[in-house]
Amino acid sequence: MANKKYWQNFSELSQTEQAKAMAENEFQEDLPFESADKGSSDGATRRDFLKYLGFSTAAASLAASCEIPVKKSIPFLNRPQDIVPGIADFYATTFVSGGDVLPVLVKVRDGRPIKIEGNNLSTYTNGGTSARAQASVLDLYDTARLRFPIANGNAISVEDADKLVAAAMGSIGGAPVVLLTGTITSPSSRQVISEFLAKYPGSRHVQYDPISYSGLLLANEASYGKRAIPTYRFDNAKVVVSLGADFAATWLSPVEFQRSFAQTRKVNPSNPEMSRHYQFESVMSVTGGNADFRYTHRPSETGLVALGLLNAINGQPVSGVSDKVKKGIEKAAADLKGNAGAALVVSGSNNPNIQIIVNAINEALGANGKTIDWTATLQTYQGLDSEFATLVADMEAGRVGALLVYDVNPVYTYADSKRLADAMKKVKVTISFNDRRDETSELCKFIIPSHHYLESWGDAEAKAGFISMMQPTISPLFKTRQFQDSLLKWSGNATPYVTYFRNFWTAKLGSAENFAKALQDGVVEPESPSIGTAAFNAGSVAAATTAISSLKKGGKTELVLYQHIGLGDGRQGNNPWLLELPDPITRATWDNYAMISVQLGKELLGIDISNPRDSDEYEVHMTKPVLSIKSGNKEITLPALIVPGMNENTIAIAVGYGRKSLNEEDTSKNIGRAAAGAGKNAFPLASFNGTTVDFFAGDVTVTKTTETYIVAQTQTHASYEGRHEVVKELTLDEYKKDPTAVLDERAKELEPWGGLESFTSEGTLYGVYDRPGIKWGMSIDLNSCFGCGACVVACNAENNIPVVGKSEVTRFHDMHWLRIDRYFSGDVNDPESVQTVFQPMLCQHCDNAPCENVCPVAATNHSSEGVNQMIYNRCIGTRYCANNCPYKVRRFNWADYTGADSFKDNQLTEGVGKLDPAVFQMNDDLTRMVLNPDVTVRSRGVIEKCSFCVQRTQAGKLQAKKEDRVLTDADVTSACAQACPTNAIVFGNANNPASNISQTRSGNKNRLYYVLEQIHTLPNVNYLAKVRNTDILTAAHPTEDELSQPEKKTETHFSK
Amino acid sequence: MIGNRRSSKSILISFFFLTFLSIGNKLSAQDGGALFQQNCASCHAVNKNLTGPALAGVEGRGPWSDRKQLYAWVHNPAKFMASDPYTQGLKQQYGGVLMTAFPQLGEKDIDAIIDYVNKAAAAAAAKPAAGGEGAPAAGAQYDESDNSILYGVLTLILAVVALIMLQVNGNLRKLAEDKEGMPAYEPVPFYRNKTYITLLTLLLFVIGGFYVVKGAINLGRSKDYQPEQPIYYSHKVHAGKNQISCLYCHGGAYEGKQASIPSVNVCMNCHMTINEYAGEQIYHADGTKVDGTAEIQKLYEYAGWDPSSRSYTGKGKPIEWVRIHNLPDHVYFNHAQHTKAGKQQCQTCHGEIQGMDEVKQFTDLSMGWCVNCHRESKVDFVDSTGTKGNKFYSIYQKYHNEIKAGTRDSVTVADIGGIECQKCHY
Repeated sequence: MANKKYWQNFSELSQTEQAKAMAENEFQEDLPFESADKGSSDGATRRDFLKYLGFSTAAASLAASCEIPVKKSIPFLNRPQDIVPGIADFYATTFVSGGDVLPVLVKVRDGRPIKIEGNNLSTYTNGGTSARAQASVLDLYDTARLRFPIANGNAISVEDADKLVAAAMGSIGGAPVVLLTGTITSPSSRQVISEFLAKYPGSRHVQYDPISYSGLLLANEASYGKRAIPTYRFDNAKVVVSLGADFAATWLSPVEFQRSFAQTRKVNPSNPEMSRHYQFESVMSVTGGNADFRYTHRPSETGLVALGLLNAINGQPVSGVSDKVKKGIEKAAADLKGNAGAALVVSGSNNPNIQIIVNAINEALGANGKTIDWTATLQTYQGLDSEFATLVADMEAGRVGALLVYDVNPVYTYADSKRLADAMKKVKVTISFNDRRDETSELCKFIIPSHHYLESWGDAEAKAGFISMMQPTISPLFKTRQFQDSLLKWSGNATPYVTYFRNFWTAKLGSAENFAKALQDGVVEPESPSIGTAAFNAGSVAAATTAISSLKKGGKTELVLYQHIGLGDGRQGNNPWLLELPDPITRATWDNYAMISVQLGKELLGIDISNPRDSDEYEVHMTKPVLSIKSGNKEITLPALIVPGMNENTIAIAVGYGRKSLNEEDTSKNIGRAAAGAGKNAFPLASFNGTTVDFFAGDVTVTKTTETYIVAQTQTHASYEGRHEVVKELTLDEYKKDPTAVLDERAKELEPWGGLESFTSEGTLYGVYDRPGIKWGMSIDLNSCFGCGACVVACNAENNIPVVGKSEVTRFHDMHWLRIDRYFSGDVNDPESVQTVFQPMLCQHCDNAPCENVCPVAATNHSSEGVNQMIYNRCIGTRYCANNCPYKVRRFNWADYTGADSFKDNQLTEGVGKLDPAVFQMNDDLTRMVLNPDVTVRSRGVIEKCSFCVQRTQAGKLQAKKEDRVLTDADVTSACAQACPTNAIVFGNANNPASNISQTRSGNKNRLYYVLEQIHTLPNVNYLAKVRNTDILTAAHPTEDELSQPEKKTETHFSK
Repeated sequence: MIGNRRSSKSILISFFFLTFLSIGNKLSAQDGGALFQQNCASCHAVNKNLTGPALAGVEGRGPWSDRKQLYAWVHNPAKFMASDPYTQGLKQQYGGVLMTAFPQLGEKDIDAIIDYVNKAAAAAAAKPAAGGEGAPAAGAQYDESDNSILYGVLTLILAVVALIMLQVNGNLRKLAEDKEGMPAYEPVPFYRNKTYITLLTLLLFVIGGFYVVKGAINLGRSKDYQPEQPIYYSHKVHAGKNQISCLYCHGGAYEGKQASIPSVNVCMNCHMTINEYAGEQIYHADGTKVDGTAEIQKLYEYAGWDPSSRSYTGKGKPIEWVRIHNLPDHVYFNHAQHTKAGKQQCQTCHGEIQGMDEVKQFTDLSMGWCVNCHRESKVDFVDSTGTKGNKFYSIYQKYHNEIKAGTRDSVTVADIGGIECQKCHY
């Protein structure tokens, strides 16, 4: 293992005084009452203490007053057969949100959907989910959803709306009707749509994808004669080269790709081989962070990089790119050629010419039919940018009689939204089916809100032949009507969609039984899927080459737009769980910002990260300087975050933020309280080039403004006080050469205290306790964790973790039980050298836990199953445990985030500690329906932390007991492990030698380690060291002590 | 005091344990009555036609004098009816509803049920019927001998004696000093004596403190809570006299977290036909009479049932019962864990429910009470052959070894972690 230096933020890298002081002071602020009396005295006096004591005793006895309230217990009048109060049912359905289509199971407790889990029957997700799917259950209970149809701004009934719409549609006089939707993969809905359009001759259906894959579709049409997207089989690839495709986070079908890519990243000890991953990109992406080799280039050079790669593979010279990138291209090309047939190149570009070149590369590598599957084509993105542009032109020219908008919000997502909004005014009848009065709906005459997917019937075909079913898990909460029902009704078909849907599938599947089974399973898949090929036509390559060569060169600074892993295109923009999910790379929440390189930081902001004084100044304060970024006539002002690994001349901004109503004050009412004020909309910076939308700008002018803005970053919140051996990493070559390197290092470290075997008993004064029966354990494989955050949101949903809002995050009060720490290593000034490691960090459930010893009231203690228990009702909030926790995973309820206190009105709405509107959104009676009834909602003043999903382990044990059998792995899994698309997290009973966790541990002895093992905490969570298939692990630029002996250090780095 | 309370509790608990053990035995025996209640009572009564015909004198009707025929019918009514005109007629007569098959009932079980039916029919004929089986003397548990009063009186007497002795001692000393001509101090009356005042203050503080603490501990607890319910529902009549299994109505107790109050349609399963109360007079707590038939009428109103036309009006509404057993929100309690996995009787926690007209909270539902039971109750530990006990516990190798070695004879709930905080608080 190289002597790698890891850092989570810049001041840690430079180890300045301020950073140290910050690390030492975990709770970085005064107690509220201390600061309240500042000025009058030097803090709280004894007299104050007595006053507070007296008051709180009196208040507590009043609050717990002798009168016991009368509670009602109201049974059903007529209990439905399947509902047993207190027992959760699981229904299979499909999460459909834009291009995300995932078969899921919905946990329904007493009639309320409360949690999304993956559907293991789906072969392409294999039970994996994404952060967005996990969070989607919260959208069902969104307070900003429309509760009734709206006509010309007034609430009306569905029946009246039908009459008004019928009258309006009659008045358009045969002008064409356009149905504008996102990509619709549902076979039955497509049939409904065609029936509807048949009623209105000359009408058409336009599919519009805000995050467009038009370039890929057009390129495939040119190369293969099919306007389709194949499935990329990462599991068959030994070498993967990604040209800016963030496939492990947001690109195309991330859950499927994460799963298949992870299969080649898990190192099997008996045959230690893994795939090699090259990433060429401009922005520091999640996928790039996981890459073995990463090269950065300007966004405008993307085409040249692709062309260079094609040339290199064909043995021709590479030109037009920087030397570093050139070297990278040559290296990657050599590797690709060496693995022809098991190589794959993907590109995130939306330029058809670039994608044609990528197709040519893949053809040259024999990927077609091996790593690229043309049978199960991906159907989740079918929209063409040009079709939408034509639609806008048609509307402007008054050639559209009626516009029906479903599931898209183009006024927000379209680059030229002003033009679109004006064009919509020229359409006689505008109808929206969106769930809220969003940017587009508020311009429509009618809004007939459609159901949330958890209230809907339906189907989806994400990949050709892979059907997944949707069924409602709750009756519609509001007076909404499913989109398909509206269309059927308006096309004169009296059949309700549910019947239509049933007939459709009963006919297709052959019988009612088959249909019932399909609904129950949730998926219908081809029995023996085979990888198909498509005939390649090289004719378009030459033209594409010419087109790329003539692409405009970028200016001094360039801009690229990317998707936040949680927010995507912003359709779940009012979801507090997603807004509070830290970005995997920047660890920032609640806002978007301009990611800039270290070089740009120096140039634009005068911040030299290598200079300790500057890096402190920059990192310790959450207030960031604001940049004004101009592209053509569009301008956006955003705070700047300096991110290592960014291309020197590139600025990156996430789309999906900045939702805003026409009248800005209405935003929180119409779009949502959480969305209001979260970031700025970056979609206008995209541009339509005549064929496709460019999600970059080749030349932007950037200036520093005098303003500053607070960005709520969580990366500086917890510190290991310099113990950075928490991450262990080695290269594949090192691992092959010396498979026991990690084990040996551990053995050496523990030698003074009894060595590996007897460390548990010898290393401590305390006794060693038996774990009869069960001992829960978790294993986290750093090799297959890509940092996607699905586990974090799953944990939020399962454990009723409060949303604290931006203002509280900036006060270090974030509550996530599970965080994904991001470590950089390498030279900040050299983006190619920066390597990233993601490490999910949660309560380690130490068998010798430092937190337990210091609790004065034994509110945290250990169970015989090895779980570190946290008892909220016993906790008095001293926070000693959090101070003493070496992993910094304990969270304190600084305020009444949940409204669960016995004291009424305990939530501050003004002054210091004022809670954000998002917190109140989460406390609405409607939103509270998402709470898991088996988990206590914590009140102010108590500590909380990961419980190893005790409610799930208890439920699993009970199930086994009820069935009079031994506990199996299938009974119990934690929410994070369930959500993980790559199975990086394994949970189970470590006492059972046959369990997954025991097998994982014994099978990966050589990579297994415990974080901070040497301090004898005896964690029950182990990690598997990261193996990177790269040449060297990059070290940080030398610190001052290292500089004193430079020669020696450098040698150690590279000799290994 | 704590030790004292615990021992009195343990006496109480073991007393109940014995009581319910005997009840449990009764249920598991080949008891025709219980089998009848479990399997037949939802459709049949002894002397009354319900969904199915009254069973009194069943052996004298149709082909039933031949037990073989009867077994065949009960095990598979559809098959039997195909070749039997009598049962075909019965089906016609009872609205085309065919009896449910009970293949799980053995021949002995059916014999036991018929015996019970015959006995019950005979008993009903020889009116007046006795009130079923008398509940065990319910008052007995309150006869606990409490020594605290005795100790208190003794302490008080001793204190008075000590006080008198002190006074006498003082007087005697004064006399002696007078005699020896020593200068006499003005005697201080005892109520101004600083020692006495201090002692008294301390005593008051201790006693006051004791009651304050005791009262504070009891805040939020509501033992003996017996609210008035929207319908006067007597568990004594249903579970006691009519021996309806608890699980018939509270089926959730075996399946999940909540025992659940039955939905109104469950009540109507029986009360569609039982429309009057003709049992023993029931009284309210204040001594006024309860009109059972009127209470059934209330049920009909809630259910939206029109007894005259025997049909639902569709205007039902759920009954808003007053919840009696309230646990704080931070406590997780699961009925199935205790009834199905733990094999506890309902009465362990709910008291002699079959003897209560209106239900009251039997225990204080305090944590100490839970924990004590978890310390004492034994789990259904699987034995070495794996034939007896719950196989879930086969993973507790350590205890198996200890049992084999003879160092342990049983495993309590506490042994498998049952008194750890996070078994109930999460």
